[in-house]
Amino acid sequence: MDWDPTAMARYLLETPSVAGHGGRLGQRYHAHGVGWIEVAQPWHEDLVGDEETGIIASGPIIALMDVATSLAVWHRCATFVAHATLDLRIDYLRPARPRQIVIGRGECLRVTRSIAFTRGIAHDGDPADPIAQVAATFMATAGNYPRVAA
Amino acid sequence: MTLPPYAGLLGVTLELVDGLPEIVMPFGHHVVGRPGYLQGGAIAGLLEVAAVAAVRHALAAETARIKPINATVDFMRGGRDHVTRAAGEITRLGARIATVTAVAWQDDRARPIASARMNYLIERATG
Repeated sequence: MDWDPTAMARYLLETPSVAGHGGRLGQRYHAHGVGWIEVAQPWHEDLVGDEETGIIASGPIIALMDVATSLAVWHRCATFVAHATLDLRIDYLRPARPRQIVIGRGECLRVTRSIAFTRGIAHDGDPADPIAQVAATFMATAGNYPRVAA
Repeated sequence: MTLPPYAGLLGVTLELVDGLPEIVMPFGHHVVGRPGYLQGGAIAGLLEVAAVAAVRHALAAETARIKPINATVDFMRGGRDHVTRAAGEITRLGARIATVTAVAWQDDRARPIASARMNYLIERATG
């Protein structure tokens, strides 16, 4: 079957029976291109971490970046592979703007037999002015990742 | 101590255990990633709520804004269909920076499912 990143992201995030946490957060597919994929996190009162400012908590941003970088691995492999997040590092470069949609962009840097290396940014409209940068690694949980040309 | 709206989305509650805050998160579809397991982002969110609760507890009555600088989350085990608990431990609370290690576990605190190290900027109310 041909790899369809849009259909995969929509299935995982926008199918109620499948989309557990991502569905509750209201995340949805945004866009993709060669070597990157984006997931959108619309602002909602439920997501607020600081009621004084209305700024979204960091948990939903990490969840967004976990999904975006995970999708980026499958996008690079051009197939779904069962895997789990090994670790994720996030730097908050600036606060998200209240009531603004946040876009999580994931890129996969390299896939080995067991491990996939990714990076990503969260932005609210301008990728050149990111809210956060992320590095995440994943491990294949059932067998290996497929061989991917470097 | 009141938890933010996001804590309500996660469905977590705060308990004081030996005088220290612990955050308790029941399992449910709203925190699931791959079938039967907690989503990494939900675990990270739980760790974050626990870390902020630890800082608030350490600051006691002092009014301050707590802004996240960064976080490094390690996922050690899959989160199964159980209650998950998390607690933050303050590594250092300085004038401006708090460093916190938060741990999440299910049945046995000695077998964590995830941990995180987080740095926060503390903006204390002046005057």
